[in-house]
Amino acid sequence: MRHMLDITDWSIEEINALMDQADEIIARPDDYADAMRRKKLASLFYEPSTRTRLSFEAAMIELGGHVLGFSDAGSSSASKGESVSDTVRTVGCYADIIAMRHPKEGAPTVAAQFSPVPVINAGDGGHNHPTQTLADLLTIRREKGRVDRLVVGMCGDLQFGRTVHSLMSAMSRYPEVSFVLISPEELKIPGYLRESMRRQGVPLMEVEKLEDVIPALDILYMTRVQRERFFNEADYVRLKDSYILDPDKMTLARKDLTVLHPLPRVNEISHAVDNDPRACYFKQVLNGKYMRMALILKLLEATK
Amino acid sequence: MNIDGIQNGYVIDHIHAGKAMLIYHYLGLDRLDCSVAIIKNAKSQRMGRKDIIKIDELIPIDLEILGYIDPHVTVNIIRDGERIDKKHLALPERVVNVIRCKNPRCITQIEQDIEHVFVLADRDKGTYRCLYCEVAHRNEEKP
Repeated sequence: MRHMLDITDWSIEEINALMDQADEIIARPDDYADAMRRKKLASLFYEPSTRTRLSFEAAMIELGGHVLGFSDAGSSSASKGESVSDTVRTVGCYADIIAMRHPKEGAPTVAAQFSPVPVINAGDGGHNHPTQTLADLLTIRREKGRVDRLVVGMCGDLQFGRTVHSLMSAMSRYPEVSFVLISPEELKIPGYLRESMRRQGVPLMEVEKLEDVIPALDILYMTRVQRERFFNEADYVRLKDSYILDPDKMTLARKDLTVLHPLPRVNEISHAVDNDPRACYFKQVLNGKYMRMALILKLLEATK
Repeated sequence: MNIDGIQNGYVIDHIHAGKAMLIYHYLGLDRLDCSVAIIKNAKSQRMGRKDIIKIDELIPIDLEILGYIDPHVTVNIIRDGERIDKKHLALPERVVNVIRCKNPRCITQIEQDIEHVFVLADRDKGTYRCLYCEVAHRNEEKP
C-alpha cells in the first residue's frame, strides 16, 4: 500500500503524473465530482491548522467524498493517552484514507506502519510537509511551464523551514535546477542538505541580501525570518529589511518572476505586492487543493 | 574452561580495548549457561591493545548489533576445535532497538512499544538517521 510520508519516497515520474492528474482535474472538475463517492477521509489533526486541514477537506468534498476527524488533540483519544498506532488502527475501520498532522516528527511514519488504509503526512513537527511541496511544484509548473531549468531563490529562514528543505529535495532531482539561498548567517540551510546538494552536483549560491540577486531569479520562495532566531540585535537591525519583499524590490526582478510563499505570512511580503501578477502565493493555496485531490485519487486507486 | 581450546563456539577478536563488556551486555552473554571468557587489554600488533571474548557454545549471535557496536571486530567460528569461518564485520544497514533517538520532538519519545529503528545514512562517517524523524546519530566507531 502506498502512503505519502516524504516527497522523496516518490519518483519524479510519479510526481509528474500527480501534476498531470491535477491539471486534468482543473480542466474538467465535473468529471471528478463523484470520483470518491461513498469514500471517507479521516482528517486527524493533532495541532491547529487552517489551510492544510481545510484544503484536505475541500479536496475530498470536491471529489464527492466525505470527511470525518478532529482538529486538535484535545478532542481526540490522544488526550486520554492513546497511541498513534491504536488511533490509526481504529480510524482505519471507519475511513478509506487518513490525513495526519502531528506535532511529533515521524508520527505519520508510525501511523503508516499500523494503518490498514493509506496515510498522508499533513505536516509532522519541523520534519516534513510533502503536500505543501506538491502545491509548490504544481504552481511552479503551471506558472513556468516546467520544473527543470530554473533558478530558484529561497529567502528567509532556511535552517528551520521544512517547506524549503522539502522543495529543494524535490526540485534538485529535476535537470538544470540551481538554487540561490538568501538568508542571514544564522539561518542557512542545514549541513546535511548542503552536502546532499553537493553530492547531486546541484549549483548553490549563498548570499545575505535579496536585492543583490533578485534580478537573476525565475522563482522566489519567501519564508518568514523571526527576530528571535538572530544571535544578536545588530545583525537583525542590519538585515531585517533584506528579507521583506516590497514593490521596490519587485522593480528589480524579472517580468516573469514567480513569487511563492507557503503561508501564513506576517510581514515578509508587503501587501502592496499582492496585486502584482508575479505574486502567486494564493494560486499556490488553490493548487494545493488540486494536488491533494490528485493524491487522494492516486492513493485510493492503488488500493482497489 | 581452557580459553585457548574452545571446541564449539566463537572467538570474538579485535574488539576495541574497553568495549568487551558493552558487547557482553548487548549480546546477552550474561544469560548464557556456557563458559564465557573475557580477555581485556590483550597485546595486539595491529591495535596496540584489544579485548577478546570467547564463548564455548555455538549460540545464535546478532552480528548486526556487533557490527554496530564495533565494526572492526572479527568473529571466528570454531567447530570441533577447528576454525571453520572468520567473519569481518561492517556497520549494518539498520539497527533496531540499539540506539534511542535523542530528538525531543521525535514520535519515539511518546509512542509506547515502538521499535527504535536507525538507518545507515553515511557509511564513511558512520552516520545513522532515525527512521521516524531522520535526526542523525553518529556512530563513534567508523569502519
